[in-house]
Amino acid sequence: MNNERTLPQATWDFFCSLKLAMALLLSLAITSIIGTVIPQGNLAPQYLESIGQTKFRLYQALGFFDMYHSWWFVLLLVALSVNLFACSFKRLPQIWKVMTNPTLTLDEGLKKSLGNLTTLKVSGSAEALTERVAALVAAHFATPRTTEKDGSFHLYAEKTPWCRLAVYAVHVSILVIFAGAIVGSLFGFKGYVTIPEGGSASSIVLRNDTTRDLGFSVNCEKFSVSFYDTGAPKEFKSILTVTENGRPVAGLEKVPVIVNSPLTYKGITFYQSSYGKVGQHNFLVSTPEGGNPVQVTIPSEGAARLPDGSEVHVLEATQDVGPFLPGKTGPAAQLEMHTPTGKTFRIVAFGNYPELNREAVLREGHPAFRYLGGTEGMYTGLQVNRDPGVAIVWLGCLLMVVGVYVAFFMSHRRVWVQVKDGEVVLGGNANKNPAGFELAFDRLVQQLKGELAPGEEK
Amino acid sequence: MTSSLLFNVTTIAYLVSMLVFFAFLASRVEKLGTLGSLTALAGLVLQTGAIGLRWRESYQMGVGHAPLSNLYESVVFFSWTIVLIYLLLDLRYRYRVIGAFVMPFALLGMTWAQLALQSGIEPLVPALQSNWLLYHVVTCFLGYAAFAVACGISIMYLVRDAAGEAAAGGGVLASFPPVKVLDDLNYRAIMVGFPLLTLGIVTGAAWANYAWGTYWSWDPKETWSLIVWFVYAAFLHARITRGWVGRRAAWLSVVGFAATIFCYLGVNLFLSGLHSYGR
Repeated sequence: MNNERTLPQATWDFFCSLKLAMALLLSLAITSIIGTVIPQGNLAPQYLESIGQTKFRLYQALGFFDMYHSWWFVLLLVALSVNLFACSFKRLPQIWKVMTNPTLTLDEGLKKSLGNLTTLKVSGSAEALTERVAALVAAHFATPRTTEKDGSFHLYAEKTPWCRLAVYAVHVSILVIFAGAIVGSLFGFKGYVTIPEGGSASSIVLRNDTTRDLGFSVNCEKFSVSFYDTGAPKEFKSILTVTENGRPVAGLEKVPVIVNSPLTYKGITFYQSSYGKVGQHNFLVSTPEGGNPVQVTIPSEGAARLPDGSEVHVLEATQDVGPFLPGKTGPAAQLEMHTPTGKTFRIVAFGNYPELNREAVLREGHPAFRYLGGTEGMYTGLQVNRDPGVAIVWLGCLLMVVGVYVAFFMSHRRVWVQVKDGEVVLGGNANKNPAGFELAFDRLVQQLKGELAPGEEK
Repeated sequence: MTSSLLFNVTTIAYLVSMLVFFAFLASRVEKLGTLGSLTALAGLVLQTGAIGLRWRESYQMGVGHAPLSNLYESVVFFSWTIVLIYLLLDLRYRYRVIGAFVMPFALLGMTWAQLALQSGIEPLVPALQSNWLLYHVVTCFLGYAAFAVACGISIMYLVRDAAGEAAAGGGVLASFPPVKVLDDLNYRAIMVGFPLLTLGIVTGAAWANYAWGTYWSWDPKETWSLIVWFVYAAFLHARITRGWVGRRAAWLSVVGFAATIFCYLGVNLFLSGLHSYGR
């Protein structure tokens, strides 16, 4: 072998290197900032409103509007995965050897490398001492393995050797989480559905605007919002019933679904997400003098266009204005109108008081609106998801949390003892927290000293 | 006795503790160090009582919930966790002088909360009505606090390191632990913070999945918590990379805490997203 590394070897070493891991972690940290500053997933006109054409083109080319799914960010994640895999693959065999095939004898070379080494002078033959020391090490530390070599006996005992694997468990856990995310995006879906009170839905709209049949239907029996005295919202609640083949599903009748308490059926989960009003309102629109009456229907949360191009939407409507304006009766609605010339009007339209409607018209100069009444109910908006990858992601998270804990707070502790006639040499080390091990080692030495030669202790 | 009064007394205790630590730093009189720690402990006990009292007050108002629901409550809790982590470190390693670099963070939090933030007890909005709130916030903030302590220690490291051996002979710097010890303590604090942050992100993801159906949506808060996680993951790998120990590791720890603070406060103040109730 010459010193020149071959290209495959060099590539492999590159992917195994800690420097690459550092570079990738810091690159991921820095680039991730972009997507928290630039809003993600908006429509082109929204971006063009706040940034110029040139910037827009540049950002779009770089994938900044959906950066966490852009080719270069995914590439960073792939590189991190390869790095994790490669360095684990490279180091694991050595670690495995340390764990399964440990050095059993305390020879001179090992003695020099150990930070903790003590020699005890005790009377007795090597054989007799070995038996006693083995029993004591087993009682105070861990059961040792005994080997005879070059006329002396060697004991080897260890605690929690497997915790050397924890770091690799953490590395694997990241790959498991990625796998869960991939499974979720391949075999799951995310969608949305709105159901009016008393209505039902058997299909949902997915994020890419396609429709997906559920295979069953969901009825919204009732939707309610409650508020605290302060005016802050207290609870959004949909009462849902799942029906399949025309029959309600047992156990899923009139289930209250609130934020933080979703409903799941056949792996599909429904989350309380939004709400609103659904219905329509009828108006008679005329000139200020009452000429050219036209009936216009405006949907609750939509808008209607008048012949002159104005856009009108309903802000609020009631079928009985009495509670708000004592002494008055009949329906009333508040409208907002945007004219093509850029003017905005707020209009109150009564059903029973055309003369009040006219007064405002004469003052402001917009068409006359008379509210003929309407119907209005609530609808509930539900987020609908299926994600078969979630269980895998949780498995990865569990592995990561346990792995991180073990990697930081547990260590592989090893003790070697060499026993000769009249002499016991103890050595030991730990792969982490040397200070903590030193204390434990000294304690073990004291215990051995006390029990092997009780007289000398005093 | 109201929780608000107790929080004020706590703030004063932290102020006194910080000043005593400064005096300790200047004089190197051992007793002052002990007094600083004891004052901090007294403040922590008072604050624990105050948090418990506020919890009870919320039940008396009929909107009972753990006091972790808005910016005021979270800043107060952050101060509490910083002092807690510092005192645990103090109990274990007894480098009192660290208090002079950690207590200012706790005092800053309490002062800001008491003087500038809305302290009224508010009922919980629907999104926060879950037991996950407790698990998620407690783990995250314990993690943040450990990073705050690590940052204080790293600042000490950088100051000590910049002064060099010449300054070690006398003056304020002489009371600092040796750089090697500071480097080790920095690592130990992050060793506590990292698993807690990991747990905080995982509980956050679990909650998001339960409430919204997505465990990860690249919301600015989520992304910033991941950025913080990346920085400290890099820190942990730096410890086994040649040339990254010592000064660079201390800088990484400071940068990590700056990212933590942005994740905690900056995201709520400057960016919009799902965590907007923290304003």
